[in-house]
Amino acid sequence: MALRVGCASPPGRALENKTGAWRVFKPVFEPEKCSKCGMCAMVCPEGCVRETEEGTFEPDLDYCKGCGICEEVCPKKSIRMEKEEK
Amino acid sequence: MTAAELIAFAAFEGGVYSQAFPAFGVERRGAPVQAFVRFSDEKIRLRSQVYEPDYIIVQDPTLIGDVDVFKGMTAGGIAIVNTEKPDFDARVPEGVKVYAVDATTIALEELGVPITNTTLMGAFAAATGEIKLEALEHALRSRFSGSMADKNVRAAERAYNLVGGAL
Amino acid sequence: MLEFMEGSHAVAEIVKRCRPQVIAAYPITPQTHIVEDLAQMVANCELDAEYITVESEFSALSACLGASAAGSRVYSATTSQGLALMFEVCFNAAGMRQPIVMTIANRSLGAPLSIWNDQQDSISLRDSGWLQFYAEDNQEAADLHMIAYKVCEDHDILLPAFVCFDGFILSHTYEPVALPTQEEVDAYLPAFNPYQRLDAEAPLSFGMYATPEYYTEFRYEIDQAQYRAKEAFVKAGREFGEQFGRDYSALVEGYRLDDADTALVAMGSICGTAKDAVDEMRDAGKKVGLLNIRMFRPFPAPEIADALKGVSTVAVLDKNISLGSGGAVGTEVKAALSGSNQAVYDYIIALGGRDVRKRDIAAVVDLAEKGKGDMFYGLRTEVL
Repeated sequence: MALRVGCASPPGRALENKTGAWRVFKPVFEPEKCSKCGMCAMVCPEGCVRETEEGTFEPDLDYCKGCGICEEVCPKKSIRMEKEEK
Repeated sequence: MTAAELIAFAAFEGGVYSQAFPAFGVERRGAPVQAFVRFSDEKIRLRSQVYEPDYIIVQDPTLIGDVDVFKGMTAGGIAIVNTEKPDFDARVPEGVKVYAVDATTIALEELGVPITNTTLMGAFAAATGEIKLEALEHALRSRFSGSMADKNVRAAERAYNLVGGAL
Repeated sequence: MLEFMEGSHAVAEIVKRCRPQVIAAYPITPQTHIVEDLAQMVANCELDAEYITVESEFSALSACLGASAAGSRVYSATTSQGLALMFEVCFNAAGMRQPIVMTIANRSLGAPLSIWNDQQDSISLRDSGWLQFYAEDNQEAADLHMIAYKVCEDHDILLPAFVCFDGFILSHTYEPVALPTQEEVDAYLPAFNPYQRLDAEAPLSFGMYATPEYYTEFRYEIDQAQYRAKEAFVKAGREFGEQFGRDYSALVEGYRLDDADTALVAMGSICGTAKDAVDEMRDAGKKVGLLNIRMFRPFPAPEIADALKGVSTVAVLDKNISLGSGGAVGTEVKAALSGSNQAVYDYIIALGGRDVRKRDIAAVVDLAEKGKGDMFYGLRTEVL
């Protein structure tokens, strides 16, 4: 890629930088237990928890760094962190 | 600084290169300051302060006791001193001609304020012959407008005639 | 036509005629008269620009950077501590490749506090990526602004520039200056044509982060643009000469150097006094000349080596000190002349407003010819 003058860049370029590769634990969401409160999406430091059509939530594992805050805040304990095999 | 600028401007209007600058420092109206002027037929490149003046103007006679205002002057030099007392006590270098002008009184009478720049310009023009009266008047009319211009021109002319009469 | 005016006013007038669209500045002695004049011109609707009043120099240059990225021709002016406060933004402006033109009314840096002139401020930003031009007199100070916009906005360059003129010594001096008219400036300097700009319809960020795989290459490209600016300056300076009769195509300008044994090297207004001193020394039979460095960044090392090739002794007058190393200009002149057998001496002089007379210049030449140098000139040892 040729350098752009002034290190200028259109928005969204950070999407190319997939930061989900360095996790040890990954979150596993169980939609059947979910109360749809949205706390997991609100606290995710990577902003990678999204709402599904059903109103429940799922992580985008391309960017999830495995911090476990979603598991910590889930009032229904519908999220658990599992060791990820690579 | 205003006097220096006006003298240099009048000289420029009279057809020579000129330069005016203050001895840079705390510039407040009334504070003791120095300002310098050079005239030349050629473009002026020199930027140092003036150490051996051909002419000096002393706007405030109370400085004479504290500062050697004549420092660097040599025979043939001309000094214009704003003072009410023509017999003021100062060590004037030999050969320097001193014109004592009561510019404060003239300024008070003509302008109503004790600002002596334009009055002393008139005295300088007459004493040195470096600036023609017309160039001086033109400079004053470019700097001031309306009745202020008239008053300043009158003050300068009075001092010009006063010193001119003494020549 | 020559007009009699203060240096600061000459700069403000020519900046007005360069039609900046955004001005942001914070007043500081001895730059104040320039920005007061410009603020008044905007208030009087003589200049159709946005004048942004800010609370600090950091904000002034930040506002300029944003406005430049948005596609405006911008202007600022500062000096000394104000420039120091802009340090971070200076590097960003160069890295984001924004063609900002800023006047530096050169002044010393504290501590100790000093409002007087030397060139420590702009010299201290020599590594920032800004082009740096130094004016010998107020005519040159005014003219260099037009040239600076032309060079900076060239799409092959896209760098910001300092136009440096000595604080007080030039900024507060009244002397005759010929200012090109608005029509003449318009004919020389076309409207700003941004290379790329902020646009809500096609969003863009400037100065994004670069990983170690890319950072070096970005810095390399800025460096290359600096070197290309030499050629752009020569061209813009020559065009200026063709249009106005004052040629600025020389990055360095020799004065009576042709058969000189000893050469003085200097930047800015001290060159005027040095020229008069050279004339006096010539009259006394000494073969002395002067090299005036007009462009300090990019540093014209080959041009300096070429201009000085005939002299045996070089005396550099440095109105700055890279503490712990010597004068910045001297250091770079020595590098430019490395490999030659010329004796190059550096003199720290005129710091913090100390006046320089013709006899001081002659004394420096004497010292250099006796092989004494790399020293503070005129040090008052009695107060140490």
